[in-house]
Amino acid sequence: MKNKNVIQVENLSKLFGGFAAVNNISFYVKAGEIFGFLGANGAGKTTAMKILIGISSPTSGKVTVAGFDVYKETESIKKNIGYMSQKFALYDDLTVKENITFFGGIYGLSKKQIEQKQHELVGELGLQEVVNSLVGSLPLGWKQKLAFSVSLLHDPKIIFLDEPTGGVDPITRRQFWEMIYKAAHNGTTIFVTTHYMDEAEYCDRVSIMVNGKIEALDTPKKLKEHYKTNTMNDVFLKLARG
Amino acid sequence: MSITISNISKFYGKITALSDISFDVKSGELFGLIGPDGAGKTTLFRILTTLLIADKGQATVAGYDVLEEYKSIRNSVGYMPGRFSLYQDLTVEENLNFFATIFGTTIEENYDLIKDIYVQIEPFKTRRAGKLSGGMKQKLALSCALIHKPKVLFLDEPTTGVDPVSRKEFWKMLKRLQEKGITILVSTPYMDEAALCDRIALIQDGKILEIDTPRAIVNHFPKSLYNIRTNDMYGLIESLTNYEHTYSIFPFGEFVHYTDKRDTMDIKSLKAYLKSQGLTNIHIEKTQPTIEDTFMELAK
Amino acid sequence: MKRFVGFVRKEFYHIFRDKRSLFILFGMPIAQILLFGFAITNEINNVNIAILDQANDVTSKEIINKIAASKHFSIVDVIQKESSIESIFKKGKVKAVLQFENNFGSNLIKEKQAYVQVLTDATDPNMANTISNYISAILKKYQQELNKNTSKNYQIVPQSRMVYNAELKSVYMFVPGVMTVILMLVSAMMTSISITREKEQGSMEILLVSPLKPFQVIIGKVFPYIFLSVINAIVIVLLSIFIFNVPVNGSLLLLGIESVLFIITSLALGILISTISATQQTAMMISLMGLMLPTILLSGFIFPISSMPLPLKVISNIIPAKWFIIIVKGIMLKGIGIGFIFKETAILVLMALLFIGISVKKYKIRLE
Repeated sequence: MKNKNVIQVENLSKLFGGFAAVNNISFYVKAGEIFGFLGANGAGKTTAMKILIGISSPTSGKVTVAGFDVYKETESIKKNIGYMSQKFALYDDLTVKENITFFGGIYGLSKKQIEQKQHELVGELGLQEVVNSLVGSLPLGWKQKLAFSVSLLHDPKIIFLDEPTGGVDPITRRQFWEMIYKAAHNGTTIFVTTHYMDEAEYCDRVSIMVNGKIEALDTPKKLKEHYKTNTMNDVFLKLARG
Repeated sequence: MSITISNISKFYGKITALSDISFDVKSGELFGLIGPDGAGKTTLFRILTTLLIADKGQATVAGYDVLEEYKSIRNSVGYMPGRFSLYQDLTVEENLNFFATIFGTTIEENYDLIKDIYVQIEPFKTRRAGKLSGGMKQKLALSCALIHKPKVLFLDEPTTGVDPVSRKEFWKMLKRLQEKGITILVSTPYMDEAALCDRIALIQDGKILEIDTPRAIVNHFPKSLYNIRTNDMYGLIESLTNYEHTYSIFPFGEFVHYTDKRDTMDIKSLKAYLKSQGLTNIHIEKTQPTIEDTFMELAK
Repeated sequence: MKRFVGFVRKEFYHIFRDKRSLFILFGMPIAQILLFGFAITNEINNVNIAILDQANDVTSKEIINKIAASKHFSIVDVIQKESSIESIFKKGKVKAVLQFENNFGSNLIKEKQAYVQVLTDATDPNMANTISNYISAILKKYQQELNKNTSKNYQIVPQSRMVYNAELKSVYMFVPGVMTVILMLVSAMMTSISITREKEQGSMEILLVSPLKPFQVIIGKVFPYIFLSVINAIVIVLLSIFIFNVPVNGSLLLLGIESVLFIITSLALGILISTISATQQTAMMISLMGLMLPTILLSGFIFPISSMPLPLKVISNIIPAKWFIIIVKGIMLKGIGIGFIFKETAILVLMALLFIGISVKKYKIRLE
């Protein structure tokens, strides 16, 4: 099962009026892969991501996520994926425990499962002291790590991360990525967008969107070779400048 | 001295936003305040632009005291606060005109200062500011902050959320501005931008970790730094975490940055250890630390 | 099902942890019930009336006693001449005048019929109707008592006259009230929202760090709304004159000046609200709940203040709209000049200065 494609996109387009936000893109993501989905603001990656997580429908094209069709089976998709974004991940006015209980319940976990997961999570992240504190009072780095763990509560096949490390200090950022590595090692597929080009290097493969189209898709190593640069940042600059 | 800061502290109830901050910025310098969210950068900026009063300490900007002579400061600095905060429903031109007028000048008077920046957004001058892209908004905000030829320019996270291409262009513009004699204090969470400043102050949790030129800071890195790469990143991290001589490991792109507890590192034995853990394609080499490495070392 | 329960539980957490929503859920309904319960009443109590007793005989005195004993009325003045009637209405001290004709008692015995003039201030037509009816009822009751033990049929005939609004048009009452409410709405609410919007979108920061003096920012914000409000006032007056035939018996110029005064008072209130609101939403809530609602209920616009319990009567005195409605009704419907509304005008001026003073003091030149 390792080589099965958990995300399959063929000729996906999304039009708003006459404007093609996503213009005929095709790609696939393998199980257990860390896939980086990059692009400038307005390049279309947020639009594409919304379609993949089942909250927006395509104008045309064939898309399956976790084996489910994105037109007709969005509910099944949502059951099998996790999602975390920079803008919102947890409720600030609920405690750590309440957030875990809430999201566990939403994902359909039994009371026993929630308790067990909570125990594991709190232990791993070292949050014993703050289990009953409001999430809003936690430092940003802790929030992000907790949010990531919460999105994994129901052991989803794929997890979508929308700019998860914005503004976080460098140490926490790296701890976060270590958590991602661990999840990938355990078979979860990671689909991540980010503004930090050095994080693109952590990915198995990277795609770069420019003006609604995918202009590059390969491993970071091959991309750097192809564009004759040393860093992903420079690859991006070369591509974006055209 | 264009900006002097002496023992500034600021508290919000039990939270210490700034703790005993002191440093100076020379006239005409491009000074970077580097740190993540919550480090205290915005709070410090607001104190220097006279929007907040510090609980302890003093500060002067362009020779004026932030407490007693705040009016003079407000007349002579340019300020670009965190989020884009110009008028979304006014056009590019109207925004620029507005700021020129309230500073008692005109667009023409100081046009040469903003020309390099403005020409990039001039084709859109009749477009409402709210409809510009992120990069263009930043350029407009910068133009409005400069239009009255300020002595000191405060830019609070001007490139956050902006794509890498625009970020690069923005810093080029800053360098050109510096040539015109303006003192610039910039804050940013991006460590790679730190290298472009004359001097930088690393800040986290309200405290200054270190102040110096980027090069000097990097040279302060206390240990030897090694790049290690193998076939399996996760396996590498796990193995090194369990290695007895590991001082620190941090993923850095396709490598892991590794420092050893010992003064001299034995590459051969490390390689052997990793091999014994089942890793292949092992690649270990010494490397130059970056500002980020130094930051993390200081912040530990 | 479990998911649903989990979701509902979370919603309860949100509600109970947000002080603002708690206030809306519990504080406001209680306040409103009390307010509505006491303020909304079509009954009349303790209405001020004056007596002009040209007969001064036993019968008239007996009737006057009956009126004095009624909880609905409060006799506050006794006038001697018919010519005093006009000025007592203009002063606004009484809502009705009871006039007994000469030889009231002897007319009743001799002719079996005597007349009582009931003159009611109909600038508030609903109340005028009620007052007139209550007085007639009292007269009727007295008449019944008179006729109880005799076979003679004495008739006390009340002659009702509605002053200022003979046809009892309700639009006469509404126009001044609506004008007041709209001016207050535009001036106070829009001003407070405009200032807090600047704060909310972050541009206030930039304005502060500029040569613009804070008071220039405020006056600048307020200026357009003065113009808009004046235009609004003019439109309302024109519409009421030409479409509803509401008279403007007094000086238009005086009406204009008083309107500008009220507008300035409202604007000052708007600025005050903006100094205590961080967001536009808060400003709007305070304007609507804290300003608009009490204004509509307690200014005498719809419900008579005289019928309210004492605490509400006292509170109504601090509502600028109350004084302005008296002024507008006076000028438009009663045709009175500055002399008769001097007290109300002075109160408005005082309020304007007070609000402006507090706003200036509270206006922050810094962010916190």
